[in-house]
Amino acid sequence: MIPIAFDYVRPTTIPEAVAALVASGEDGKILAGGQSLMPVLRLRMAAPSVVIDCSEIADLQGVRDDGNSIVIGAGTTHHDVMNSPIVKEHSPLLAMATATVADPAIRHRGTLGGALAHADPAGDLPAVALALDGVLSVTGPNGSRDIAAADFFTDYFTTSMAEDEILVSVTLPKLGAGWGYHYEKFQRTAQGWAIVGVAAAVHRSNGNITAARIGLTNMAPSPVRASSVETALSGADATVKAVGDAAASAADGTRATSDLHAAADYREHLARVITKRAVLTAGGI
Amino acid sequence: MSQIPISVTVDGLTYDDEVEPRTLLVHWLRESIGRVGTVVGCDTSSCGACTVLMDGQSVKSCSVLAVQANGHTVTTIQGLAEGEDNWHPVQAAFKECHGLQCGYCTPGMVLASIDLLQNNPDPSEQEIREGLEGNLCRCTGYHNIVKSVQYAANTMAGKDQPAELTGGAR
Repeated sequence: MIPIAFDYVRPTTIPEAVAALVASGEDGKILAGGQSLMPVLRLRMAAPSVVIDCSEIADLQGVRDDGNSIVIGAGTTHHDVMNSPIVKEHSPLLAMATATVADPAIRHRGTLGGALAHADPAGDLPAVALALDGVLSVTGPNGSRDIAAADFFTDYFTTSMAEDEILVSVTLPKLGAGWGYHYEKFQRTAQGWAIVGVAAAVHRSNGNITAARIGLTNMAPSPVRASSVETALSGADATVKAVGDAAASAADGTRATSDLHAAADYREHLARVITKRAVLTAGGI
Repeated sequence: MSQIPISVTVDGLTYDDEVEPRTLLVHWLRESIGRVGTVVGCDTSSCGACTVLMDGQSVKSCSVLAVQANGHTVTTIQGLAEGEDNWHPVQAAFKECHGLQCGYCTPGMVLASIDLLQNNPDPSEQEIREGLEGNLCRCTGYHNIVKSVQYAANTMAGKDQPAELTGGAR
């Protein structure tokens, strides 16, 4: 279908984008890569008065090394994220999960920041940002602020950003020596959304797991940490049995929903099974 | 509704036009400049039939606004051959290996395959299948499409074609 008519602006700086967003009132919509927005516009499920295209703002692009962390511009495409030497070295979990997003053509346009700000409960990258204790930097008319990933995702397609703020960058602490990682995704088709996904980073020392960070995709209206699994894994033996026992609590505290792809109790089952697989792979067990 | 001026290079020619912001790139290609080789197969960004190259990278032209192509270079299926008899190696491979049945997905398949091969000149069968995951063949003719990409990779690398890609039952 043809989208409903809208006005279009293409700012080239972050302040210009914020000004355009403020001027648009409640009816403006940010376009980053457009790979979620365009289908919604085509189906006329959204009717913004103005589309603010941020895809050519240079300050939103690129990946840089910032000492103990890496900083990724919100407008960096999935293709550029997953092929970035900095991301591959210091945040390989993000590179791996990004490579599972949609398909190559969509990854050429879609952006990390767009995927996070869109906050689709079935999106892969919010769970990764949460598992890695990411920090999201946003800018609005009153300046900039940092929001921890744990405070950013609040509900279905909803974040703690104000209506007049835009996401500028994502900071991820580096995964240092001793950490392994894995993103395990259960999907119906190759390019499908995750029915359930598990982002796992596991730190090993000698025969033990010393720490684990686990984020779950599509087990609640927004991504959740499998906190009880993380606690159970801390200091656990690096064995299949110990990991299986810990993963048995993966669905605790989640709020999985039923839809045409899966019932809630099936999602809970998947969360347990996939968490076990993800942790075993991440831990090299 | 306001019209916005754009200047886009498509298949080597530069077009200056004015478009409504809501105009999709695929609609502009087909309806304004006659590039009807680029087809629309779905309304959900799933099928990849409308795939074109934008600045050399595959994109789904149903998911890009025409105004976003302003200042950029687009290659469609109609810009690949250099004359009637000088096809792009990927086009030639699809013909040689019969990598099509009804042909509707073929423009997108060819362009997605070109993108795949420029990122990975020697892909495994698995890498080909994953690289083309965003392009659907409703005839389910994937077997020969995969062979076509293998054939094209060999051609582009100057390698001989193995027997399973030439002649006989496929």
